[in-house]
Amino acid sequence: MSSIMAARIKKKRIAQLIAHGKRLDERGPSDYREIQIEAGLIERAEGSARVRLGKTEVLVGVKIETGEPFLDTPNEGVLTVNAELVPLASPTFEAGPPDENSIELARIVDRGIRESKAIALETLCVEPGKTVFVVFVDVYVLNHDGNLIDASALASLAALLNTKMFNYEVKEGEVKIKPGYTPLPLRNHPVAVTFAKINDKLIVDPWLEEEQIMDARLTMTVDKDGKICALQKGGYGYFTTQQIFEAAKIAMEKTEELRKLVVKE
Amino acid sequence: MPVFYERRQLVMPGDLLAENDYMTGENTYREDGKIYATRVGLVDYEERRVFVVALKAFYIPAVGDTIIGKVTEVGMSGWTIDIRAPYPALLRASDALERPFRPQQDDLPSIFDVGDLVIAKIVAYDRTRDPLLTILEPSLGKITRGQLVEVTPTKIPRVIGKKGSMITMLKQETGCQITIGQNGLILVSGKTPEDERLAIMAIRKIEREAHTSGLTDRVTEMIRKEKGEKEVVENVTKETRKTH
Amino acid sequence: MSQKKQEKLIDEKGTRLDGRKVNELRGLKIEVGILGNADGSAYIEQGKNKILAAVYGPREVHPKHLALPDRALLRCRYHMAPFSVQERKSPAPSRREMELSKVIREALEPSVFTEYYPRTSIDLFIEVLQADGGTRCAGITVASLALADAGIPMRDLVAACAAGKIEGQIVLDLTDVEDKAGEADMPLAYMPNANAITLLQMDGMLPGEEFESMVNLAVEGCKQVYQLQKEALKAKYMASKEAVKEEATEE
Repeated sequence: MSSIMAARIKKKRIAQLIAHGKRLDERGPSDYREIQIEAGLIERAEGSARVRLGKTEVLVGVKIETGEPFLDTPNEGVLTVNAELVPLASPTFEAGPPDENSIELARIVDRGIRESKAIALETLCVEPGKTVFVVFVDVYVLNHDGNLIDASALASLAALLNTKMFNYEVKEGEVKIKPGYTPLPLRNHPVAVTFAKINDKLIVDPWLEEEQIMDARLTMTVDKDGKICALQKGGYGYFTTQQIFEAAKIAMEKTEELRKLVVKE
Repeated sequence: MPVFYERRQLVMPGDLLAENDYMTGENTYREDGKIYATRVGLVDYEERRVFVVALKAFYIPAVGDTIIGKVTEVGMSGWTIDIRAPYPALLRASDALERPFRPQQDDLPSIFDVGDLVIAKIVAYDRTRDPLLTILEPSLGKITRGQLVEVTPTKIPRVIGKKGSMITMLKQETGCQITIGQNGLILVSGKTPEDERLAIMAIRKIEREAHTSGLTDRVTEMIRKEKGEKEVVENVTKETRKTH
Repeated sequence: MSQKKQEKLIDEKGTRLDGRKVNELRGLKIEVGILGNADGSAYIEQGKNKILAAVYGPREVHPKHLALPDRALLRCRYHMAPFSVQERKSPAPSRREMELSKVIREALEPSVFTEYYPRTSIDLFIEVLQADGGTRCAGITVASLALADAGIPMRDLVAACAAGKIEGQIVLDLTDVEDKAGEADMPLAYMPNANAITLLQMDGMLPGEEFESMVNLAVEGCKQVYQLQKEALKAKYMASKEAVKEEATEE
């Protein structure tokens, strides 16, 4: 897979610095890049948000439409998360059907929202077994400069918090839209933290060049009560059990910090 | 300097074989001062070197090896040869013809065509390119007769034997010409199909029992027994014909 | 499809629906080297799971432009047969299968000496013939054996096992029913020599304080699976050794 490969000397420098607990952009091992969150920029969507994490940029749009429920949950609405690594976001992204990276990204974001039961899907039933509301969360990566997972998860949460559902009434089994909107009630606020392992050290929020030299990555999604709702190890390397436990401790702190940026009391 | 297994014991990938003072031999690797096996096989020690004789391994080309391969493609200036390795081999026309290659006049398929078997030698090979072959040496070239036997490449040394003892015996006892390809292919060419059958049977036995001792004697015995029985059958047939 | 009276997953005596204790592995049956054409292969039955793995390689990469200059390309396809699950599954690769193919490949990659065979590919195929929870773990376990069977040099075998939480208790090796009804499911793959976790996923809800004990339980499960992997490899080669011994003594 060709990519914007950093020169070998630079890669060496990054690895050396990390061995001493420092990073090329002068961040500490547990520091995130600057985060900017903007919600509601796409009026046509029921909800939207854009997150800039350093130079990584992700836009998430939420659409709500009617559809059929799954066979084993006839009374529940449906959540579906999709991610697109749009070609303009990186010279390494090609147009075409979703590849394993975009599928993995979507499924990690999905897990966080689904397992934390953030959306009360049982309130989205119109007619049991026949019609429910489907919440489409579409992740659109606009610029890839590392750590798409955390940016996408954060943007998805911000977009859901921004989501307003149209008012409706059910007449003769059909949904009729009425004037006005109601915010989509969110019960939980899952936040993802991704670690990279380089030279046996853990760093948080890897940027693109750190991702290119990392051995492995670990994503932890934590809900507002400190419960872990999703985990995903990725990359060609591995973590020791000690490193996993160390990451869990850091994740608990960092997810709280990140959540405060999105959820205003 | 502990050594955790006895000689010729079965080991597997990840098995700890030795620590510290030992040196890594074939099919082993060192991590944090410990030496582990990388393949399933029989562990052995020689002085301070620990190695594993793999039970199953594929052939990796080496410069100077004689190999037997099959032509899979005829190209513009040479042939692609399948040598049962992770890499296809290339035989350039210039390494196959005694005189300079004339692209306009020489018809490559008439020299070797897809499906032909060749005995060749590896003249070049490294991590950056596929192995290069030559047939410009005596006893190399197209195979026109005989039968091909396939064995696991790790057993080839056993078929050759110490100082060629095994293969010399095989040739003597069966009267066949036996050409060994380091890549696990052996060409057996005898005066009669029966001779070839004997040689093939012997090779199969060697492959099965490669890790046992006294093998050369047992194989010799087996061949002679087979030949002896055959003679008896022939005599009986002659006898029955006489009485009628 | 919810029943009025739901059967408990764990009874008062601590016995699960299939008779196991909370930290008990399902019965495992493994066979190595069962397919004729593949360079290496293995088959596993774990509870009702029936999974086959095969390896081709190292071999030439097709398409050529995917070849890596400095190491072998490890490719993995995890696929479920249409008849492997209760409701027939379409043969087309699903998003789940694509994600699992990726994480399984990443679970096995650290164990293989890919740097020995630049510009080649090692192709792994995992076919789930019958599924009952924990297929990615059983798939990793059997794929690792297929790699060893193919004679591909490895640092260690990779063993995999899931831990989870059902009815408030931490348990080992969940079945499909337990996974669907439980609170959390955590598949994990492990290389014992390096104390290396090569696959770690989780879905569900797990309080942070319970995390360490769940990871440790899964690792213990992996260590047990590892022993069984070694026994299976041994069984295959001992069988051929025994046959040879018999022949030798007959003479």
